[in-house]
This record gives sequence, C-alpha cells and structure tokens, in this order.
Amino acid sequence: MIEFDRVTVTYDGATEPALRDVSFTVPEGELALVIGRTGSGKSTLLRAINGLVPHFSGGTLAGRVLVNGRDTREYRPRDLADVVGMVGQDPMAGFVTDTVEDELAYSMESLGVAPDVMRRRVEETLDLLGLADVRDRALTSLSGGQRQRTAIGAALTSHPAVLVLDEPTSALDPQAAEEVLAALQRLVHDLNVTVVMAEHRLERVIQYADRVVEVPGGSAAVSTGLPAERMVTAPVAPPVVELGRLAGWSPLPLSVRDARRAAVSLRGRLGDVAPLRSVAATGAELARCRDLVIGYGSVTALRGVTLSIKAGEVVALMGRNGAGKSTLLNALVGIVTPRSGTATAAGTDPLRTRPSKLVKAVGLVPQEPADLLYAATVADECAAADADFRMPAGSCRALLTRLAPDVDDKMHPRDLSEGQRLCLALAVVLCGAPPLLLLDEPTRGLDYGAKRRLVEILRELATAGHAVVLSTHDVEMVAEVATRVLVLAEGELVSDGETATVIAGSPAFAPQVAKILAPLPFLTVGEVATALERAS
Amino acid sequence: MWALGMAVAASRTRNPVLLVLILAVTGFVVSARRSDAPWAHSYAAFLKLGLVVIGVRVVLQALLSTRSQGNIVLFTLPEIPLPDWANGVKLGGEVTLEALLTALYDGLQLAVMLCCIGAANALASPRRLLKSLPGALYEMGVACVVALTFAPQLVTDARRIRAARRLRGRTRGSFRTTAMPVLEGALDRSVELAAAMDSRGYGRTAQVPRRQRRITGVCVLLGLLGILLGVYALLTDSMAFPLATTALAIGLLLAVGAMAIGRQRVTRTRYRPDPWALPEWLVVGSGALAAGSMITAAALGIEGLVLAGPLVVPPVPLLPVVGILLGLAPAVVAPPLQARRRELVAA
Repeated sequence: MIEFDRVTVTYDGATEPALRDVSFTVPEGELALVIGRTGSGKSTLLRAINGLVPHFSGGTLAGRVLVNGRDTREYRPRDLADVVGMVGQDPMAGFVTDTVEDELAYSMESLGVAPDVMRRRVEETLDLLGLADVRDRALTSLSGGQRQRTAIGAALTSHPAVLVLDEPTSALDPQAAEEVLAALQRLVHDLNVTVVMAEHRLERVIQYADRVVEVPGGSAAVSTGLPAERMVTAPVAPPVVELGRLAGWSPLPLSVRDARRAAVSLRGRLGDVAPLRSVAATGAELARCRDLVIGYGSVTALRGVTLSIKAGEVVALMGRNGAGKSTLLNALVGIVTPRSGTATAAGTDPLRTRPSKLVKAVGLVPQEPADLLYAATVADECAAADADFRMPAGSCRALLTRLAPDVDDKMHPRDLSEGQRLCLALAVVLCGAPPLLLLDEPTRGLDYGAKRRLVEILRELATAGHAVVLSTHDVEMVAEVATRVLVLAEGELVSDGETATVIAGSPAFAPQVAKILAPLPFLTVGEVATALERAS
Repeated sequence: MWALGMAVAASRTRNPVLLVLILAVTGFVVSARRSDAPWAHSYAAFLKLGLVVIGVRVVLQALLSTRSQGNIVLFTLPEIPLPDWANGVKLGGEVTLEALLTALYDGLQLAVMLCCIGAANALASPRRLLKSLPGALYEMGVACVVALTFAPQLVTDARRIRAARRLRGRTRGSFRTTAMPVLEGALDRSVELAAAMDSRGYGRTAQVPRRQRRITGVCVLLGLLGILLGVYALLTDSMAFPLATTALAIGLLLAVGAMAIGRQRVTRTRYRPDPWALPEWLVVGSGALAAGSMITAAALGIEGLVLAGPLVVPPVPLLPVVGILLGLAPAVVAPPLQARRRELVAA
C-alpha cells in the first residue's frame, strides 16, 4: 500500500538530509507505528506519504514514494486526497469550517462527491466515531478527544485507503486517548484502512501496532520490524516492555493483559517485599491557595480550591482537559485575577509583585512554550535568559545541553521540533532556579529519553529545596517523579494525597506497572528492580 | 441582496420622512429575524456609527458654514479670521437653520445606508455567504473568510503572549517581544492550515484548455467593469438612464457567462446546500422592489424625493412609501430561525 524506495529528503538550506535512504513497505490494512527521538524526522516521513514533502514544504526528495500505486512525485497532495487522509499534530489548526458536520463534509466537497453519497457518509462517520450527539456543535466548543475524533472523521469521509496521524494522543488525557485509539482500532479491523501513526506515548499504542518503523535520526538507517521483536532491543520502550525485559519474559508482552498473565510468578517473588520510597523531606511552605475562585465570563474555572505546597515536594496536578489545571498554575504567577480567595507563591503576592522580582520567586513554563521565546537563534535566547534572570553567562545553555543534547545553537526557536522547543523553554525558566517551579504539560511531544532527563532534573531541584508543581496527563511520568498528586475535576479538588495512594487505586490514572502487579503497591520498573535485588 | 436594495433606495432620496421610514423597516426586520450569533449585534454598532456620522456632519457644517444658504440666523459663533490662502473657507460666524438642516439630512442619508449594511451583517454569517457564492469564485471566497477568522485569533494570541512576558520578568514589551511572536504564530498557523487544506483536496480542478481560461478571465473583468459603470450611473444620474441600464445589463450578462464557464473547471460539490425557494425569492424581490420604486419615482420626477428647500415641511409621496414598506416583507416571509436563514446572505 505504501512503499518508500531509497527516499532521502533534504530541506532547502539544510546541510544534512532530514531523512536518509529510507526504504520500507506497509501492506494494506496494517497499523504501522513510527517511533524515534524528538526531532528525528518522524513528521517529515509522515508528510512524505501524502506529498506535502516536498510539494508543500519545499526541499528535494530523492528516491520514490508510492502510495496505492501513485508516485508522489507526479501527484500533488490535493490529488492524493482521495487516497491519503492526513491528521496533523494540532487538530484545531487544520479545521477549515466551524461545525462538526461541515468539517466532516469538507474534503468530500473538495473531491466532488455526489450530494447523496456525501449525506450518507457523514451519517456513517458520525456513528463510527461516536460523534452523533455533537454534530451541530461549534468546533471550538469541543473537548480535546472530540476534536481529535472530528479531525480523524474529516479525513475518513473521503474513504481514503491510508490514514496518517501525527501524535494523535499526545495532548489528550488518558480517557480521551482511549476513545481515539478505540476508534482507530475499529478502522483497521473493520474497514481495512492502513494507518500510519507517529507517537511518543508507546505505553498507549504499542499493543495495537502491527509493524514498527523506527526513525533513529542522524545518519543511522530507518528500520522496520514486528513490535515484539523490535521492543527487545529498542532504546525507547514503555514500562510494560521494560518490566518484561527485567523479568526475562519471552515472548515479550506488549499489553497489560498479556503481562499480567506472565507476571504470576513475579508477583509471588515480590509478595513480601515492600517498595522502598524515599519520603520527601518537606520544608517551608512555598505555595498556598485559600478558597480560590476564578472565572472567565460565565464559566467558573476554579471553585474554592485550598491547598498548600512545601519545599522539597514534587506535586502532580491531574484531571481531564478543562478541569482547571492551567488556571490554577496561572493564578500562582498572577496571570489571572481571582474572583475571591488568595494565592501566594514563595511568600509573595503574585498580583502585586513586579515581574522582575516575581521571576526570582516563581517560574512557569506555559502550555505553549513558544510564547516564552523571542530571540532569532537558540544561542541568543539562552544569552537573553541569562540576562533576564541575572545568572552567569552560559548557565541556560548548560541546562539545555542536559535536556536536549543535540540542539543546534544557530537554529531559530520556531524551527525546532515541538519537543526541542519545550526543552528550550524549560531551560530558560529553570535557569532562574526559582524556589517554586510550575510546569504546564511539560511532557507533550517529549520522547522517553528527554522525559528521563527531565525527571532527573526535577528530582535534583526537589532535593535542593525547590517545590515543583506539574500539570500533566502522563501517568508514567507522575509515577516516576511525583511525591504527591492532586486531582481536579470541574474546578474542585477531588483528591489530594501521596502518589501511590491516589493513582494506584484509580482505573484511569494507574500506571502500567501498578496494573500488572496489582494488588502489590509498585508503581515503576525502578521500584521493582530494587525490590528484586533486595529479595535475592 | 435585500439590504442592498434598501441601501439603493436610501441613496435616491433626501426626504427625512422616507429615510426614517427605511431605518425603521431595516431595524424591524433585523430585530425580528436575527439569531444569537456573535455577528448579530453588528446592527446596533452600525446604528451608532450612523449617529456619529450625523453628529460630525452637523458640527462641521456649523463650524465651517459659509453664509451661502438661507438667511434665518440661529446663533453666531465667534469668527476666526483665516489667512488668505484659505480663501472661501470660513471658521465660525453665523449659523443658519437651512445649513444645519441640509447637513442633518445629508448625514441621515449616509447613516441609513450604513444601517442597511449593518442589517446585512447582522443577518448573515461570512461562512454562510461563502456557501452561496458561485463555484467559480469559491476559492477566492475561502481565502477571504479564513483571513476574517484570523483576526480574533490574533487578539487572543497577543493577550497570551503579553501574559507570558511576565514569566520572563520583563515589564515593558517591545515590538520584538510582542508583535513578533504574534505574527510568527499567525504565520505558523496559516502555513499549517494551508497544508491541511491542501492535503484535503482544496483546489482540485478539472483540466481546461488554456484559451478558455483566458476568455473566462477577460469576461469576468469586463463584466465587473460594466456592472460598476451601470450602478454608478444609475445612482448619480450622470449618464442617461437607458445608457446606464444597458451598461448594467451587458456587465451582468458577461459576469454571469464567465461564472458559468468558470464553473466547468470546478469539480467540487456542496454538502446540504441551503434551499433557494419561494421565501428566498420573495425576500430578494421585496428589496429589489423597494429600490425599483425609488428609481422609477426619480425617473418620473415625482415630487418629494428631493426637497425644494430645506425649510419646507417634507411631503410624503405615495409610490416610494409603498415601495419601502414592501421591504418589511422579510420579517414575515423569511424562513424561520431553525431553518437557518440564508436569504439575506446574498446581501
């Protein structure tokens, strides 16, 4: 169905090719998963499938890409629209119309499908993706999962043989991600659609994949294989695979269900060993909210939240999209004004403190990391950050090198991949080393390597007496780093407690290791490894 | 199209009674038929703009009035002597009732035309307008609508970026730290949207010989030119009536022909197009009748469209009044709200 034949892509002005000598095939009706580090060329590979690279992006493509027998050199993206459906990283950015139903019909209108066929297909797609009850809603009023499903539906109505998705679940909460993956699963199984998808959250998707395409980046060759085989040696692997490797299971389980079956003896060996957890050494109170009520227009985002965060804690803020997580973080840096109640950050009132003084007390990495970046090159940005925070020159660059080692000094911040840009924004804010550090969705678009480095840095900061609050959907990250978890729902604090007690018991928030080893209280592979050492 | 008719009607008269009547008619239709969408409040905004126009007109007239018209002096402002090069312009001085009234009526005419545009805005959404565009113009239309929807997005972006500046510890923003990120963000978004539209088949065209494409282009240009000429002539009496109508007719014919030829290149179809049935025809017809009655009245030289003098009590001519009242029809015949009105979209 899709055939890459010795494909090399070089963008205009780049010295190195973005993809080098890529050859692989994806047969009809398979779900192929594209994995690789941040910025390794996954998006380029996906966009080459429907001809956006090189027709839209510029640059040169050597070799040949065949999709359903059509050569992308001869067909423009618009002429491939009936064969390839494309869903970009941010579904909102790709919407052309303003209601769900019109959006679903848009590509068919462009392709000139007869009105009665259009009518039928829209109804079928609404049912297939469970969108029937939001058909008349404005796209801006939809939740994240609904938007993503609408984008998939819009690509599907023209009945393409191939569906290409770029990180479809990375911005979604666990429940919404499951909705989207279930929809994709139906497409592959029932409609024989070939799906190619790039995703960092392997723990969510690896079990559905029929084939893995690994894009290592740099000069290493792109390779393909079966998921179970690839996972034995892959440098990036979800917790379920790492646990399997640790326990020496063969064949390697990819889903929680398979792993649970294999884990009977492991559970027996771990039965009388409790996981070692370092208790957070908590110090002075660094953040406090009392009866915080915040609203935008007629919507109340927070309804009376009271909390206190102490130095040395790493607090994870969880909850559905739109539960009020970002609002809470913004209140702590004084971006939003509360209707009633107070918020204090590191002893200062964020609303009344001058920004230059406030950044020494509290730092926030916003959801859109690009908002923080102004300079024309990475080097300038780092220098400006050192000046802003009055730090010795080079301290920001050193942090960036630790987070993302291969970011080029001369790149424009906007040309970085999403993950690299996040690393840069993180480095800028971390550079000031404020006592209270707030991170809004820091793991979006990050690969496992970058996440691991982020975890190390956060742990270090906590040990050095900083307090860290991160809002996230990434349960594995929470299990690794958080000492305390707060769950928000509809603007209210619904649970507040130690990580193990809050997330292990919840069906949505439990990490894979906890699901596999339940009822034992383990959360991460690291905990299991140390417990096994102590047992033997 | 209905609103256009009413605006044409307004441009043909300076009779305050008729103008106020047109205003009342558009106001009534808007309040009867608007939805609760964000653009539905634009009628009030245009009404305010109209009031400002009248005010400015009257004040300027009072300040700059030359004593050329009328002799009933209302009050006298202190006169400021101007240098010689400003000969003929007078600042201050005596203000006559006639001059003020003329200014008021002129201002009113402009204000009523503005309100007609406001009515069109209040009753139609830009995206629905797009749906009723002829196929040949569709691609241009999409570009315009996308551009329109970007404006509110820019405001949101600017607000977010201003907030983010706090996080870098900066109090004052420069062009570099505010406008640049906003513009870069907008550019990124448009590139992404363009990629999405391209990969969804936007701009697929059927093969058409080159010569035919050229003919289409020339036809469109000539047609538009003809229409412009005709409309201008009709509204200003600067050309003989038959000549103006002929220019308009030829222009319309050419443009329609070009659209029809252009349509062959476009392979797209429409999803659930809005019906164009009797009510829609009635609505457009009522607007056209209102305009038509005014133009005929002007052509026949019926008394009362243009006042003999500013101080005459305005007469009420029968034909134009009936014509304007016909403009009320949409309030009754337009399809009900839930059927998504679009008859006024064409306005």
